[in-house]
Amino acid sequence: MTHPSTTAPGRTRGTLLVVGGGIAGISAAVEAAEAGCDVVLVEREAHLGGRVAQMYQYFPKLCPPACGLEINLRRIRTSPRIQVHTLTEAQSVSGGPGAYRVRVRQRPRFVADHCSACGTCASVCPVERSSEFDFGLGKNKAAYLAYPGAWPSRYVIDGKACMGASCSKCVTDCPTQAIDLSMQPRSFDLDVAAVIWATGWRPYQASRLDDLGFGAHPDIITNMMMERLASPHGPTAGRVQCPSNGRAPASVGFVQCAGSRDDAHLPYCSGLCCMASTKHARYVRAQLPDADIFIYYIDRRASGRQESFLAETERDPKVRFVAGKVSKVCVEGGKPVLHVEDMGQGRRLRHSVDLVVLATGLVSSRTENHLGRDGYGFLSPVQPSAGQLVAGCAREPMDVACAVRDANSAVLRALAFCSMEGG
Amino acid sequence: MAKAAVLICQSCKIGESLDLTAVQKATTKLEGVAQVKSAPLLCGQAGPRLVDDAFASGANTLVIAACAARFHTAGFLRAGCHVERLSLRELVVSSHEPRHEDTQMLAEDMIRMAVVRASRIELPLAQPLPAERSVLVVGGGPTGMAAALGVARAGYEAVLVEKSQELGGWLRTWKRTLPTRAPHRDLQVSDLEMRRKEIEVHRKIDVHCGAVVKRIGGQPGEFEVDLKVGEQEVRTRVGAIVQATGFAPYDASKLSHLGYGKTPDVVTNVEFERMLADGKICRPSDGKQPARIAFVQCAGSRDPRHLPYCSNVCCRVTLKQALWLRELDPRCEAFVLAKEIRAPGLHEDFYRRAQEDRGIYICKGDVVAVDAMADGLVVHLGKSQLGDALDLEADLVVLATGMVPVAADGLALRELRDARRNLAKGDGNPEVLKTTVERLSPMEGTDILGLTYRQGPDLPALESGFPDSHFICFPYETRRTGIYAAGCLRAPGDLEGCRIDGEGAALKAIQAIEHCALGEAVHPRWGDISPPTFNLQRCTQCKRCTEECPFGTLDEDEKCTPKPNPGRCRRCGICLGACPERIISYADYSIDLVSRMIKSIQVPGEFDEKPRILMLLCENDAYPALELAGFHGQRWSAFVRAISVRCLGAVNVVWLADAFACGFDGVLLLGCKPGEHTQCHYTRGSELLATRSENIKQKLKQMALEDQRVRVDHVTLADYLVLPKLIDAFVKDLDALGPSPFKDS
Repeated sequence: MTHPSTTAPGRTRGTLLVVGGGIAGISAAVEAAEAGCDVVLVEREAHLGGRVAQMYQYFPKLCPPACGLEINLRRIRTSPRIQVHTLTEAQSVSGGPGAYRVRVRQRPRFVADHCSACGTCASVCPVERSSEFDFGLGKNKAAYLAYPGAWPSRYVIDGKACMGASCSKCVTDCPTQAIDLSMQPRSFDLDVAAVIWATGWRPYQASRLDDLGFGAHPDIITNMMMERLASPHGPTAGRVQCPSNGRAPASVGFVQCAGSRDDAHLPYCSGLCCMASTKHARYVRAQLPDADIFIYYIDRRASGRQESFLAETERDPKVRFVAGKVSKVCVEGGKPVLHVEDMGQGRRLRHSVDLVVLATGLVSSRTENHLGRDGYGFLSPVQPSAGQLVAGCAREPMDVACAVRDANSAVLRALAFCSMEGG
Repeated sequence: MAKAAVLICQSCKIGESLDLTAVQKATTKLEGVAQVKSAPLLCGQAGPRLVDDAFASGANTLVIAACAARFHTAGFLRAGCHVERLSLRELVVSSHEPRHEDTQMLAEDMIRMAVVRASRIELPLAQPLPAERSVLVVGGGPTGMAAALGVARAGYEAVLVEKSQELGGWLRTWKRTLPTRAPHRDLQVSDLEMRRKEIEVHRKIDVHCGAVVKRIGGQPGEFEVDLKVGEQEVRTRVGAIVQATGFAPYDASKLSHLGYGKTPDVVTNVEFERMLADGKICRPSDGKQPARIAFVQCAGSRDPRHLPYCSNVCCRVTLKQALWLRELDPRCEAFVLAKEIRAPGLHEDFYRRAQEDRGIYICKGDVVAVDAMADGLVVHLGKSQLGDALDLEADLVVLATGMVPVAADGLALRELRDARRNLAKGDGNPEVLKTTVERLSPMEGTDILGLTYRQGPDLPALESGFPDSHFICFPYETRRTGIYAAGCLRAPGDLEGCRIDGEGAALKAIQAIEHCALGEAVHPRWGDISPPTFNLQRCTQCKRCTEECPFGTLDEDEKCTPKPNPGRCRRCGICLGACPERIISYADYSIDLVSRMIKSIQVPGEFDEKPRILMLLCENDAYPALELAGFHGQRWSAFVRAISVRCLGAVNVVWLADAFACGFDGVLLLGCKPGEHTQCHYTRGSELLATRSENIKQKLKQMALEDQRVRVDHVTLADYLVLPKLIDAFVKDLDALGPSPFKDS
């Protein structure tokens, strides 16, 4: 496959730092680079992609995130304007708009840049670890690639799980001598004109949802775990199944607002869980034509033309949307049972299902920075740090298309701080 | 002709699985090859050095036969040089039997094809286009204002055109707005004045109020814009365009079942907003102060008979109006009747604020009808939280009507224009033409941009009339390069969302200009510097290219000869696929180039029992999916030969004919899903291939070959585990058909 390399560098602007390599950060980096900025993109994990890399499909098109990621990652790797540092976090910011100095710290990868991702290290590695990427539903080795199209396409070694010098099997067997277990963390400074914080989100910790039974039964899972179950390269090779016995569920109950719109947990609405569960109902239906699907909700929040996706799903006679708040999920007779206050009928229901999916909300990722936060932990830029912008779910909960728009907007605002000729 | 250096990596089992000495020997003899080298490890430090050596010793293009480009990219790139990447590891070694004759043949064929591509390519030279560093913003509402301000603050010029006499759009009637800051509980005072002032004094923003666009010609980088400002004509040049023409409230006169038009006491949310802004809440019928107001949500929204979509903001606007009402008149009660309340994200707190108000009652249910009684109104609720049916009395009813985009459907307008012209010329079936004119005549005069494009004067409208993008990851992808829709025109949204959207679109506009300045295409073939060239002497004016281009790139002269506009071109190659005369080519992608690649493949004879299948794969999804399949150790038949194409729409039927003439047994075309939820990055490529299937069948018939020898499959990148199975199934089906009669015996 060919792609012409960019020849002329075009106009030069000040450098933009993008913190976070999920969909918002990736979009900000490529859009800024193609508008003429030099960009440094730093990502805390070993591979770019963030949350969307864990997902099977996007609503409402039911298309794979891998498709857009592939194009964006190609834009990154062929761009002479973008420099990427993975395993890197921003530590402190000094200076002001147009001239920031950002101290970053990079954790060791233990694998050199010339790794060809042949996979020998993973195959000889004796350490199996629970895969965070699969939310503990699967295992991988201490030497791993996060997901099939992961970029940078280089392995990484989990320093905590690795047995170190005493094992060194990967070091000896690596055909390209790319592994160096003595790599140390390093800190360095980046001089940039503006910063976009696109540090993203993490799922609300389901283990705090005692009432909803998370942890009490393996067949009570979260919405993000559902993404991994449905993903062809996930722990079950894409089969939606009950983790307890590997069987296809005959009935699935979705608990909307699991911890959301709830003062004891997240007082706000995450804005996208309704559509995510609607999408998950489609995942289940695509594989299990007879499964009974129940979605218990307070309000179904679909925006704009997502409504037609909702309406289309509603036409499935075995998908039932029930206005009702699930107050409790118990385990009775070895099966999860939902306790629901049915708002339509004004009564209490008990409903036993094979698989329970908790639609947990999202919280802003924890990261050190020097911006303000609102009461819920979302980043809220305040003057005079005008050269520091926030994009995507770090700012407030939003879906993928909104996060990309948000990233574009942040880049435009950042351009004002990246000096340029004739500007 | 270019001279190619070929570098073959031995690592990752390439050296063990293949007889590289034989490969090298065969490659050295190929036409256009300057040198062939093999190294134990190209990804180490040796690789980039070998690349430099190759160029220093006279080669001007390069074939890297190693792993897929995704693994190591930067070290092999040299500015202005062509580097052909051949994924020997994924497509040959890890996906096929090592040390097998068929694997060896596959590797040698792939290298031959790569050498043809590398040596036959014309090195494109960037041809910068004029790049006016200014953006036309059509629409002076909040979206357009945000776009213009963003453009100006980023150092570019903005031309802001507003049809009414002052800036602000709907915001002029909204004195108070939804909260945008924590704790998201309080109404905010409109910041319109502050923004209007900044725009008025900004030296980089040229504001035209009372103005409309008459005509836009040209292309990104150099759009010629004619404005009508009052009675004056003003001409200006801009590099790109943001369309932010906003929304109109849904026509409430269609909602007579909700009482609108039957009684003056049923008003829309827009009308009620004016009452609030004036501080005078009274019943239009008798001027009395209402004691109880019912807000009917989804008035015409989420309703297939009216607007099938949700307008996103009406719930929150109602909460705002209810809270504001309570502030103005604490004795008045507000009943909000809604299917459900949509106040997503941090606006949950705003919803709570309304719930905490003792005079605001929120009831979930369906409103069936509103009737006028002797002294007031009755709202009939169907099934609701409060029971199966219920009547609610109210003094005033506010209908939360949704938003309709102020958009023109460019394609429909063009159809109308063409039908009228053909009717006048007597060209075509007059009955059909008359029906078309009748059907489309309500659109007469709805033009907004007045593009002089052959494919119509405005952006094509998609679902429900919104000129939105098809893509979730690329929300600003547009079918008219350099023209970006934003705000409620693109999708219903709240004030803050529209401003962000306006800024996002403005960034894309700036980017389009910067790409023009470099002579490059925009996404998804960003950085591509080779526009199509047309050998017009051989053009038969068949109009296929001008019709099929998804981006309206080509205009036509009076004789229907195509007039290219390179700045509008996205380099998809669909015109090349469409042209029956084969007169369209790119420096690095042409009919001849791919034909030569096909012909370079060695097809074994009739009795060798080694079928050959040509596989043409879309470069965006199918080809990387095949690489991923190989990377993950998936196996497929060693009889297929893969070539990446820009799009399924960029496949010319002559390639299929070439393959069959060479003795190929079948052709497998793999691309993105077409249809309503198309994943084609050129929006129409896969669909257009389907329209060409008649041509393909005809070609097969001419050659006395079975239809089953050509198959089209649609895959996504995530289908990499399925793809090998599709390939093998096709190979098996071909086996049942028997070998092609065109093989040498």
